[in-house]
Amino acid sequence: MANAIKLKKGLDIPVEGRAEARVVEAPPAERYALVPDDFHGIVPKVLVKPGDRVLIGTPLMCDKNRPEMLFVSPVSGEVEAVNRGERRKVLNITVKSDGKMEQSCTTCPEISTLDGQQVKAVLLERGLFMYIKQRPYDIIADPTVFPRDIFVTAWDSAPLAPDFDFVVKGREDDLQAGIDVLAKLTAGRVYLGVRAGSRLAVRGAEVVAFDGPHPAGNVGVQIHHIAPVSKGETVWTLSAFDLLVIGRYFRTGVLDFSRLVALTGSEVKAPHYVKTIWGAELSSIIGENLIPANYHRRYISGNVLTGTRLGEHDYLRAPHSQITVIPEGDDCHEFFGWAMPGFGKYSVSHSYFSWLRPGRRYCFDARLHGGERAIIMQGEYDKVLPMDILPEFLVKAVLAFDIDKMENLGIYEVAPEDFALCEFVDTSKLPLQAIMREGLDKLRKEMN
Amino acid sequence: MKTLRNYLDKIKPNFMPGGKWAMFRSVFEGFETFLYVPATTSRSGVHIHDSIDTKRTMSVVILALMPALLFGMYNVGYQHYLAIGELSAVGFWTIFFFGFLAVLPKIIVSYVVGLGIEFVVAQWRGHEIQEGFLVSGILIPLIVPVDTPLWMIAVATAFAVIFAKEVFGGTGMNIFNVALVTRAFLFFAYPSKMSGDEVFVRTADTFGLGAGRVVDTFTGATPLGQVATHSGGDLVLHNIVGEPLSTLDYFLGLIPGSIGETSMLAILLGAVVLLWTGIASWRVMLSVFVGGLAMGALASLFPSTVYPGSMLSPIDQICLGGFAFAAVFMATDPVTGARTRTGQYIYGFLIGVIAILIRVYNTGYPEGAMLAVLLMNVFAPLIDYFVVEGNIKRRLKRARKA
Repeated sequence: MANAIKLKKGLDIPVEGRAEARVVEAPPAERYALVPDDFHGIVPKVLVKPGDRVLIGTPLMCDKNRPEMLFVSPVSGEVEAVNRGERRKVLNITVKSDGKMEQSCTTCPEISTLDGQQVKAVLLERGLFMYIKQRPYDIIADPTVFPRDIFVTAWDSAPLAPDFDFVVKGREDDLQAGIDVLAKLTAGRVYLGVRAGSRLAVRGAEVVAFDGPHPAGNVGVQIHHIAPVSKGETVWTLSAFDLLVIGRYFRTGVLDFSRLVALTGSEVKAPHYVKTIWGAELSSIIGENLIPANYHRRYISGNVLTGTRLGEHDYLRAPHSQITVIPEGDDCHEFFGWAMPGFGKYSVSHSYFSWLRPGRRYCFDARLHGGERAIIMQGEYDKVLPMDILPEFLVKAVLAFDIDKMENLGIYEVAPEDFALCEFVDTSKLPLQAIMREGLDKLRKEMN
Repeated sequence: MKTLRNYLDKIKPNFMPGGKWAMFRSVFEGFETFLYVPATTSRSGVHIHDSIDTKRTMSVVILALMPALLFGMYNVGYQHYLAIGELSAVGFWTIFFFGFLAVLPKIIVSYVVGLGIEFVVAQWRGHEIQEGFLVSGILIPLIVPVDTPLWMIAVATAFAVIFAKEVFGGTGMNIFNVALVTRAFLFFAYPSKMSGDEVFVRTADTFGLGAGRVVDTFTGATPLGQVATHSGGDLVLHNIVGEPLSTLDYFLGLIPGSIGETSMLAILLGAVVLLWTGIASWRVMLSVFVGGLAMGALASLFPSTVYPGSMLSPIDQICLGGFAFAAVFMATDPVTGARTRTGQYIYGFLIGVIAILIRVYNTGYPEGAMLAVLLMNVFAPLIDYFVVEGNIKRRLKRARKA
């Protein structure tokens, strides 16, 4: 392995509640759900009705514009409901599990006998394509495009994120098979971004080690330092957590959506890893493992920076390998909080006296700690975005929707997640990820 | 605390849309968020946030200004009692109290006028009251001579807040530093009250305190004022009763000058606070000093009696006048300065150079630091433009290579 690429900019937020390296098998959940909103860039078309019997791998919905792209059931059972919201938007499709875990099909052709198109067809048909995203726009990849390269990140550097090196233990073959599959999909290279010091070894992909604070594990940051995306190019990106599922299917012919999920956050009594299946009900994963409380809590599928906010009776979302539970903090009125010394208030600046206690971890809650303002402070975003991109100017270009400027400043290289830390440190409390998401969506509409 | 919170919660509905005092909503919210950090939680995006907000940022800056303010108060008293020859007869607290009484009305006037306008505008536009003026309001009294009439401060503050800030959209949108616009307005509208020998030392009493007759040797010229009017011979600067001054005196700051600007020591204490908390850009601050020293050194290479300022050493240059204050508190204003990292070096350096350039080679203005910052405020977007273009070019080059 070559020398690690060292990144200085960024920030590891000291959040309390890291999962210890211990796996607990979650009890099977009663219900599993597929949420179309988790897959950005598709238009859901539901293929089942309540009462339909489904097996693992039975399509639940497809993309309206690309009907060959299927999204399948992770368990066998019966479709319970197709929940819709305003203007009949599909909120989720829930499946009541029968606990039998029956497969709809248990064969898979040998990887070496397939060409790229065939591999792609298998991925689309078996509901595995949902794991592949693309830059630009950070959406579910367009299967008709041949990507320049494929980037896999095997390091989730976000706060409290699961450790891939731990998760992959015993599944190295799945990872290798996954890499072999990806190698069929591009004429370029497959890159595997790992944490410096990781012992991951694979054939057929270039392993690039990264060193530094979050967001060094973000695939966008890794692309930027390996082979940046310019206008007109498309690359595909995946998380290695998801690649394991793809690899296992091609290796064994079994669709196994089970995964290790890190149950984290300051509200969790004993944070650890849970073996479960995506879509599982939250209660099956969390169980009784929360500290007793008489205040509101925030449940997050994913990490505290980019995760999706969940209700108390929600489901583990398909793209995530982490559940975080933190206090909501909405009942917390701090008297003159902005004027107090603030020994217990984390700030990356030294404006609260918490700098007196380095190394301490904090129980963050979901409060903004201030009102929204115009951008006032300079250089805050720069410090946490390790790319040769001027984040403040890019954000302003997006707000003004000046397409030329956005292109020039690197809009095709970034995803909303790359701006998560900027949003965290922002004194002006601007919703930067939402701004970027909207900008990318508008740009995609404009360009296509 | 609980009762206050309950009371606020009880009266809150009156101020919400539809309530009977809905027109005062932003005033209510201003006070509410002043008393309690808002408990709003994130709706989209990141679920946790850094504890810092604009209120905290501004409070830190005000804290950093305290050494300069307190020293300024003491110095006002010190210069007064020195002028009337009673310095040895009065104690520390009398001196300080005299200065306190002289400065406090200025702070009150600037806050009342500035915040009053902020409140009205926030109400009118229906947005939250913004904190920007909390800092401007204390900067303004610190950069004026002690004998500036209060009504002038009121007029200038109103002008600056309305025309330098609110018309551009409020805090974060202004092109020029609000406090400096106030100073510039005063300087051009009432030049006789802003410079000369009469305004930097209070010789009269303050609210009846410290009455007395000035000593015969008294002259109220600031060191830079003396430089500007110097003609021939060795340049030796004096304090207000004719004793010679050294570099240490310039550094400590017991010399006549604008209220908060005289003491390099007090200003550097503030600088430490700003840099340690990470609120101000060290790039700007450092490069202003580097620029000033460089230009000071260049000027001192060619001493000339036509431009007596060139006879000062570079160290004296940065200790005297408003240079250090401008470097630490004015140039580092993030809103009106350069916002790119490279740009900040250029921006700061040019402020330093131009400040000394004006001071030395424009004999019409004895002091150029504040004008240099205002001038560079104009150029900050241009500097950023070129830095951003550089970034764009790098990206295009990369694309062509691939």
